[in-house]
Amino acid sequence: MNTNSNSYTLIFTLVLVTVVAGLLAFTAIQLKPLQEDNIRNEKMQSILASIGVKESRANSGAVFTKYITKQLALKEDGTVDPDVDAFTINMKNEIKKKPSEQRYPIYIAENKGKTSYIIPLFGKGLWDDIWGYIALDSDKNTIIGAVYDHKGETPGLGAEIREEWFQKQFIGKKILDKPNDFSKNNFVSVHTVKGGAKSDDIHGVNAISGGTVTSTKLSLMVKERMEHYLPFFQSKK
Amino acid sequence: MSEDKEALFSKKNIKLLTDPLNDNNPITVQVLGICSALAITVQLKPAIVMAIAVMFVVVLSNFTVSLLRNLIPNRIRIIVQLVIVAALVIIVDQILKAYAFDVSKQLSVFVGLIITNCIIMGRLEAFALGNTPWKSILDGFGNAGGYGIILIIVAFFRELLGSGKLFGYEILGHKGVTLAESTGLYHYGYQNNGFMLLSPMALIVLGIVIWVQRSKNRKLIEQH
Amino acid sequence: MDYINLFIKSIFIDNMVFAYFLGMCSYLAVSKKVKTAVGLGAAVIFVMIITVPANYLLDNYLLKPGALAWLSPELADIDLSFLSFIMFIAVIASMVQLVEMVVERFAPSLYNALGIFLPLIAVNCAILGGSLFMQQKDFANVGESVVYGLGSGIGWFLAIIAIAAIREKIAYSNIPAPLKGIGITFLITGLMAIGFMSFSGIEL
Repeated sequence: MNTNSNSYTLIFTLVLVTVVAGLLAFTAIQLKPLQEDNIRNEKMQSILASIGVKESRANSGAVFTKYITKQLALKEDGTVDPDVDAFTINMKNEIKKKPSEQRYPIYIAENKGKTSYIIPLFGKGLWDDIWGYIALDSDKNTIIGAVYDHKGETPGLGAEIREEWFQKQFIGKKILDKPNDFSKNNFVSVHTVKGGAKSDDIHGVNAISGGTVTSTKLSLMVKERMEHYLPFFQSKK
Repeated sequence: MSEDKEALFSKKNIKLLTDPLNDNNPITVQVLGICSALAITVQLKPAIVMAIAVMFVVVLSNFTVSLLRNLIPNRIRIIVQLVIVAALVIIVDQILKAYAFDVSKQLSVFVGLIITNCIIMGRLEAFALGNTPWKSILDGFGNAGGYGIILIIVAFFRELLGSGKLFGYEILGHKGVTLAESTGLYHYGYQNNGFMLLSPMALIVLGIVIWVQRSKNRKLIEQH
Repeated sequence: MDYINLFIKSIFIDNMVFAYFLGMCSYLAVSKKVKTAVGLGAAVIFVMIITVPANYLLDNYLLKPGALAWLSPELADIDLSFLSFIMFIAVIASMVQLVEMVVERFAPSLYNALGIFLPLIAVNCAILGGSLFMQQKDFANVGESVVYGLGSGIGWFLAIIAIAAIREKIAYSNIPAPLKGIGITFLITGLMAIGFMSFSGIEL
């Protein structure tokens, strides 16, 4: 058989392509549900972690509904848009839209009789995307937990935002100057302080030494995202 | 050649398996497959997963190409090999995403880069195209093993010195915010060398590994 | 993302060799002489500018979830992204072949300079890496992918020329025998990578 003839080459290619395509399509379809579960469970795991519930990724799906009682997609004015499923909102695409066209997801959790509000965060770090969840107490002022993650921050420096010691600092900080006033002027958010925040600073946490840019970008992200929820909090007062 | 009569684990076949571990190591001697070797060695776990993934791809692609070696038209052989390798890599990627989600996130694009890992194409061209399937499988295991060993050595030092952990366990003690809160070595003021986590140190650690290996095995020294 | 920012970033900060170790095999094998290094480096830039945008179009109009919506709305649910590796490498291999033929036909002198390096490039991890990073970075338009391809190519070019120049010089140095050749090259590349780290954090 002449393996160098044109017709042979063509037939060989066709057979190869068919076999390979069939094999790949089969694996992809078989494994797709598992992969999607992983992504969904991971999101649920992070949301739960922000209110201090630590669960393995596999369990998160089941536990999630126990704690999270409501998932709302808010409009810019703070009213609920009933047509949008908050959980499926892709923050990466959402933040590219105009503020008036965005929908702002918020998760409301009940834990030991206490209500808390979880806000998803998304923004740019030094190199690439950073994201996370921040949870507020029922007074909508005190932070009860925060989790952050990143795609490509510098290991050992900016990447520390993923670590517990950094995230723990946010607990107990306040986002408002005076409680119960949700006007823009009264909103200060939480910022990272280079060189270390004073112990009585209720709005400041220590920046990561050597990771100043990531820290600054992170506090910008927290402020930008949380600001959109003020009208909703106002209406809930 | 009386290949049929040759025992499955004859001396020659065993040599195919053990040679690449030291004397003919794909990374330190043949200098192939460096690309992915360095980027994923910050921690041991992804390094080991990567080594297993590469082993899967090398062995199976060596086997497939060796089976088809008399059927592949010579003109398009490179692209045929690439297609076979790419298909295997996609399968690995899909499996990792389904069953080892966290590791697959850490490896990110480097799973895809197994396709252009020079070890794979190198072994296909140099070995599988001219040898029987069984020998090709052994050759695949040997080379992937040699690759894996180097990956694990580099990752061991980088994780231990860079973050004081092995497989994510804090074996040097726990680092608290203050000295009093810390345990183990950190209690006495030990600090992690964060520099080990950055990419240049992978090159330097590998350079040192080569130095040590060639000091022990002097016939590998280059005379240029 | 601003073009200039992206350009500078892809050359210096996200340097293919020093930050991601991509294309190391040919980087080490073809860096003994500056002249050959220039040839290979130029070929890499050339192929990068073509394959990164080509794969960008492929990814956005064929592979991504919902990418087929431009054909008909019913196809919007199809997700072919699992095929991306195989499509990218096929595009790269055929582009390299195509470039080789076109250059041979229309620019024989360029072919004489680059020709022998082109087949090497199909399996250069930097090229596939460029496309995979392009997919991960999710660029907004083709322009950005062209700039990224060009920048990454130039970054690789700079790296291989620099190491080739250093290797020509250290051939005369007194290096411990076991470190000769590949060992010392790794150490030098490591030191160069440390140097390139000082670019990090630059924003234009």
